[in-house]
Amino acid sequence: MNDLSTPSQLALRAAAATPIGVARRVRGLSDRAIAWLFITPTILLLLAINIFPLVWTVYLSFTNYRANRPNAPVNWVGLDWYRRILTDPDVWAAMQVTAHFVIWTIVIETLLGFALAMLIDKKFRGHGMWTTIILLPMMLSPAVVGNFWTFLYQPQIGLFNYVVTFFTGGDPSSFQMLGDVTLSPWAIIIVDVWMWTPYVMLICLAGLRSIPDYIYEAAEVDRASAWRRFWSITVPMALPFIMLAVLFRGIENFKMFDMVNLLTGGGPGSTTEVASITLKRAAFESWRTGYSSAFAVILFVSVFGLANIYVKALNRVKQR
Amino acid sequence: MSAANTAHSVVEPTPAGRRFAGAIVILYAVITMIPLLWIGLTSLKSPQDSISYPPKLVFTPTVEGYCNLFTTRTRQTPEFIQSLGPPQGMCEEEARSRNMVIAGPSNYIPRFVNSLIIAFGSTVLAVGLGTLAAYGFSRFRVPLKDDLLFFILSTRMMPPIAVAIPIYLMYRELGLSDTRLGMILLYTSVNVSLAVWLLKGFIDEIPREYEEAALIDGYTRFQAFVKVVLPQAATGIAATAIFCLIFAWNEYAFAVLLTSGTAQTAPPFIPIIIGEGGQDWPAVAAGTTIFLVPILVFTILLRRHLLRGITFGAVRK
Repeated sequence: MNDLSTPSQLALRAAAATPIGVARRVRGLSDRAIAWLFITPTILLLLAINIFPLVWTVYLSFTNYRANRPNAPVNWVGLDWYRRILTDPDVWAAMQVTAHFVIWTIVIETLLGFALAMLIDKKFRGHGMWTTIILLPMMLSPAVVGNFWTFLYQPQIGLFNYVVTFFTGGDPSSFQMLGDVTLSPWAIIIVDVWMWTPYVMLICLAGLRSIPDYIYEAAEVDRASAWRRFWSITVPMALPFIMLAVLFRGIENFKMFDMVNLLTGGGPGSTTEVASITLKRAAFESWRTGYSSAFAVILFVSVFGLANIYVKALNRVKQR
Repeated sequence: MSAANTAHSVVEPTPAGRRFAGAIVILYAVITMIPLLWIGLTSLKSPQDSISYPPKLVFTPTVEGYCNLFTTRTRQTPEFIQSLGPPQGMCEEEARSRNMVIAGPSNYIPRFVNSLIIAFGSTVLAVGLGTLAAYGFSRFRVPLKDDLLFFILSTRMMPPIAVAIPIYLMYRELGLSDTRLGMILLYTSVNVSLAVWLLKGFIDEIPREYEEAALIDGYTRFQAFVKVVLPQAATGIAATAIFCLIFAWNEYAFAVLLTSGTAQTAPPFIPIIIGEGGQDWPAVAAGTTIFLVPILVFTILLRRHLLRGITFGAVRK
């Protein structure tokens, strides 16, 4: 940047060139000093509470340390934990449960959220108020709300079973959403969809509103059918927004812990045991600190790697 | 709107299409509200009404759930209760009608207070640090700026349980286990990434010319920041603060793993409210209602900034 025409650039250059001591005497702190003074505390806090612990986790993942026996001798075990985790069928089962949960919630939330956004974009009377109402669930505590859903899912007395059997007939105590091996994965998906569809809807709505009217008007002049307009204008132009919503939901649900922990605790058996629950059991119930540290590293690397690949794809779509 | 006159314009939907869209959206909104309304209704039911079949929509409201939430009670003989003086307050009266005497306040109150202290403490710190850092990133050429910003964001990608393992060990060494200060620092570190990203967006939108004018008038950079930028960014700072507040208020994973008593917040406590013979659902519902209402109010206040907040500022309008 050789642009010195704006005063800010001049000031920046002047400030950068002035020694800090002189600058302080002349006109308070220099810009450079201010910049570092302002940014450093945040970086230090993150180094202390995020990065230092992360490095420690990586170290622990190579040892047999156990948090409940702090005085026992710590031995270096190399890559043993990693080898064991990657060949452990229980871990792969947990990854499958997580993948099932992440994929189904994303598919349902995206379809439902996008459809809702299309409808809200019709700007019917009172759409602002109803949009706000729809958005309420996503701001609530997943733990506290998840806990209450266990009550709605009670077989005999719960509202959910009552409403379902009201429409389908049958006995409300004939099925258990949380106690049944085939139903419980769907029980957590239903609550997640209830909470987070509005999230996808809000981002999709922003996408739809970003499409300029003149494109549709041009398509109309060309006599494009509604179906054609939808697939050739609406979807491609809203796609970066949809992909962004999928990215955020994917990361969040990959990490999912609170809601599932309260709804099913991973049960029955391990049918809803998502990766975070497996990790919690290993780390805070069996106290296998070394093993769980290795698992934590693997999870973090997976999220980070997948997110990075995805962001590259997202940028490519944006540039089109 | 001239387009409204041409009935079949693609940009303006037809009135019938609009009504149809409205009907579906309202139906969806009503369905999503049912669980929330059910929480509110259950909090006003007696334990018997709350577990009746079919679920009761019409019932005699009672404050029993709220009383059970805030107090602990012991069962006494009718003779002993007769010997006591007149009951003081609704809850006392209500408890005595069931041969109970209020023994003292419940643990919900200190848990709620912990939630307040930790949420507000971490919000003030996160927004304070975040505003400074966001201004630094917005206005100055910082080496490796993009890398630093991405680093700040990436700290949010870690699963909380993965972070909790070393934090648990670190806090045990430092004596921060189960302390409010420990939780405040932890939530600050989680929230500061959101605060930096959101506030950088807000500060980017304030024209630099304002500060430059102030600098020419003889303000120092710091004075310009305090007297020009901060007032301009007030709305953004308030919106960011509410997002941080809501996160810290709702957080469960760290709270349940790292606190057990003195610093425990409400989210890990509400699920373990137990009454006589099983879960006391009206009390749980009462605790949930009190816990959720502030967030409902904040969400409505925040509705214009929601999109920005939930996408870390990636989508602005």
